[in-house]
Amino acid sequence: MYLLRRAWANLKNEILVLPSRVLVALWVLGLALLPVVWPDPYILRIVTMTCLFAIFAASWDLLAGFAGQVSFGHALNFGTGAYASALLAQNLGLSPWITVWVGALVALVIGLATGWLCLRLRGSYLSLATLALPIIVIGVLFAFPNFSGGELGISGLRRLTTSPVGNYAIAAIAMLVSVFAMWLIADSKFGLVLHAIRDDEVAARASGINTTRYKLAVFMLSALFAGVSGALYSHFLRVAGPSTLEVALSFQAVIWGIFGGAATIYGPVAAVFLLYPFTEWLGNFERLSELRLLIFAVTVLVILLFMPRGMVSWVRDKIESVCPRCKARNGAWRRECRLCGAGLHGAFAPARRAP
Amino acid sequence: MLQDILITGLINSGVYALLAIGFSLIFGVARIVNIAHTAFYMLAAYCFYALLVTAKLDVLVAGILAIVAITALSLLCYKIIIEPVREHQAAVLIATIALATIFQELMQVGFGGHYLGIPSTIGGAFTIGGMSIPWQRVLIIVVAAAMLAATWWLLYRTRLGLAIRATANDREAATLMGMNADRVAMASVAISVALAAVAGVVVAPVFVVDPRMWLAPLVTMLAIVVLGGLGSLKGSLIGALTIGYVEAITVFAVPAGAYLKGAIALSIMIVVLLVRPEGLYGVAFEEER
Repeated sequence: MYLLRRAWANLKNEILVLPSRVLVALWVLGLALLPVVWPDPYILRIVTMTCLFAIFAASWDLLAGFAGQVSFGHALNFGTGAYASALLAQNLGLSPWITVWVGALVALVIGLATGWLCLRLRGSYLSLATLALPIIVIGVLFAFPNFSGGELGISGLRRLTTSPVGNYAIAAIAMLVSVFAMWLIADSKFGLVLHAIRDDEVAARASGINTTRYKLAVFMLSALFAGVSGALYSHFLRVAGPSTLEVALSFQAVIWGIFGGAATIYGPVAAVFLLYPFTEWLGNFERLSELRLLIFAVTVLVILLFMPRGMVSWVRDKIESVCPRCKARNGAWRRECRLCGAGLHGAFAPARRAP
Repeated sequence: MLQDILITGLINSGVYALLAIGFSLIFGVARIVNIAHTAFYMLAAYCFYALLVTAKLDVLVAGILAIVAITALSLLCYKIIIEPVREHQAAVLIATIALATIFQELMQVGFGGHYLGIPSTIGGAFTIGGMSIPWQRVLIIVVAAAMLAATWWLLYRTRLGLAIRATANDREAATLMGMNADRVAMASVAISVALAAVAGVVVAPVFVVDPRMWLAPLVTMLAIVVLGGLGSLKGSLIGALTIGYVEAITVFAVPAGAYLKGAIALSIMIVVLLVRPEGLYGVAFEEER
């Protein structure tokens, strides 16, 4: 009873006070209830893919949004995860439950190498150099078709489980764990250092931060999560093809990340959950399926013209406001801060006396 | 084989130089990483195809009309889409990606996804030293050289060129000296897209035209620009020659070279970046805070 009351108090005081937290809670609840409420294999398939891409987009945000290392070749980590896992599963006959982890580790090593390459580069140079990396890997894969399957990729992989609900559950749990892990990382002291590196690397170094080590760490972390999503993706689709390394996929990550709002983690995730099912849904219509990429691009462009800081950031600013005194977030309907009692919206409100 | 390498390398370099110099110019003046740059090259090729094959216009008229139309379109896009979000670099970035995707899909819907061939606009071949080169290919080289010379003249011998170089060097100082930075940015967008459009029109009869033809040159062009140093025109030219010839040599002299040409060209770029992080001729930008 005590635990229940405490849980209710937590819910009331920590989650229900902020509309954004309510939305997140509803979203998690929705994901958990989806297979019960709507166990349609087609829907589950779309949401599974959405979950995997959400990990990918969030991992891009960790690297680009927080640390400012705007990578245009994030598909490299996704693709190496997918290919490493697929090659191991195919050639050594290992269970996908093992190879997914190995794939993620390989992606992590590749991420470390990328980070090392990119240490000296900054800004646009870094973006354009990273763009090249997955294309180099594609070229090498195509040059050795016996090993990599060439343009067709490696097909006939085993799934982690056979039922659609099982696959959905794996993807959803992996997504929730990774996204919340990234959110925690980004919110921690480590995340603060990343902000500092993005805003002014020289100043960060002058404050005694070993920026090299932090940059390598964030490259590795981001690659690890992208590798997990890539490996899960290849086992879900049962094929690891060159499309996992394509420029289009790298750009997709950039679009999701910036469309949702960079340096937020939840922004890209929300963007994937809105945009990916949207494009799939467009594909259902006979006449629209040819136009769906066009509609996608136009939507992104139009929304961006009105919300250049990203959609989720824009929405959050509408439904919440920041206390000018203690910087805590408040629902937009409140007239005074829920923590310190300072007046919001510039209106004067006398501070409450402590009882 | 040696002659093949020489000629193909020269053609590649010419096309890449036209693209890379334009991209470099926009980056230098307006700090826009214009992913849609090669999409304009694709659009010019399609526009040329439509005017030449569908509307049956004269070659010269069709070519010039295509270039003018695409340049006008680029100014329109810049005004409507890029200008409102100029302060948000990230937004500009995905706006150009979205723009390129939109163009690709529009062409796919309008012309279909299959390859379109444009008949040779001038026939015959030119014989030198025992090998014959089709005039069509000579034309690419000549046009590229002429356009590069014209660009050089524009940038280094006219007042507009002076304004463009000044703005690229220091936007604030240029504004203080009475240059209209917005108008200079517009002019450099126009010049740069015009160069891309010229490239699109001259290569259309030699290469095939299809909605995805912008992706491969995009990557190569970015590699060249980074190799030469962002914003440096000399660097872009030298980068274009290097990458053009490296690609030609890989295709003709290395087994499975057609797959590896991109990989080798990009590896060279990465090696150069490791040695000189600001590219061959790039000026290390001051930290823009």
